[in-house]
Amino acid sequence: MEIQFLYYEECPSHEKALERLRQVMAEEGIQAEIEIIKVETEEQARRWRFVGSPTILINGQDIDPPPADAYYALTCRAYRLEDGRISPLPSTAMIRRALRAARASL
Amino acid sequence: MANLKPGDRAIPFTLPGVDDKEHALSDYADKEAVVVIFSCNHCPYVQAWEDRMIQIQADYADKGVQLIAISANDAKKYPADSFPKMKERAREKGFNFPYLYDETQEVARAYGAERTPEVSLFDKAGVLRYHGAIDDNYEDPNAVRHHYLRDALDAVLAGQDPPVQETPPVGCTIKWK
Repeated sequence: MEIQFLYYEECPSHEKALERLRQVMAEEGIQAEIEIIKVETEEQARRWRFVGSPTILINGQDIDPPPADAYYALTCRAYRLEDGRISPLPSTAMIRRALRAARASL
Repeated sequence: MANLKPGDRAIPFTLPGVDDKEHALSDYADKEAVVVIFSCNHCPYVQAWEDRMIQIQADYADKGVQLIAISANDAKKYPADSFPKMKERAREKGFNFPYLYDETQEVARAYGAERTPEVSLFDKAGVLRYHGAIDDNYEDPNAVRHHYLRDALDAVLAGQDPPVQETPPVGCTIKWK
């Protein structure tokens, strides 16, 4: 499984998000490497289709695919949680669903 | 780094609001306390705290407290923060406080604001009494342990010093031009 973790330094949530990703991977028994990518320029944001920090790609798929009209930017990312609230962090459940879907498709 | 420290006086400003009226800080000189919040539309930290901002205004309105939100983000790079989008956001969320547009970013620079949301609480005399975050948990309002802004408001309204006068603001950086 290929896992990429993209972040923008000025968003304070990335360390907590990475910790959450590692925790869920451990709980799911997934031992894949995480490629950590620091996005620093607008050009990099466009190249990575980076809509905000943090972004997690599993086998190239965003764990929470953004809408088609989302723009690429050096900013923090809004995740809509299961209960409708907005958070700067993906939920544990969101990460787990994406990991399980990726594993099932292998 | 914020330009104001607890004990400093508020910096006057006049900015357009989403109600298409000009709002001066001095318009609220009769209030017991004024809370200036550097904010914006697109930042998830703001969105996470927004309902709490609305609730604080509702809970403290009768006590003479006025919240004022200001967005200074560069709308060219971040179109979700444009003035028309600010109007949409205020309408959708039912903001019960003025939402002002600092297009030139002069007010944000004067205050030394860095993040959204970033709170500055001024007392009736216009003196800064608390600066920083709204509370200590952006993720879960039910897991908040320290209600910094509410505690500071309660103290100021009771004529006392806030228990905590400064915390690091947590949120997105202001998007400078």
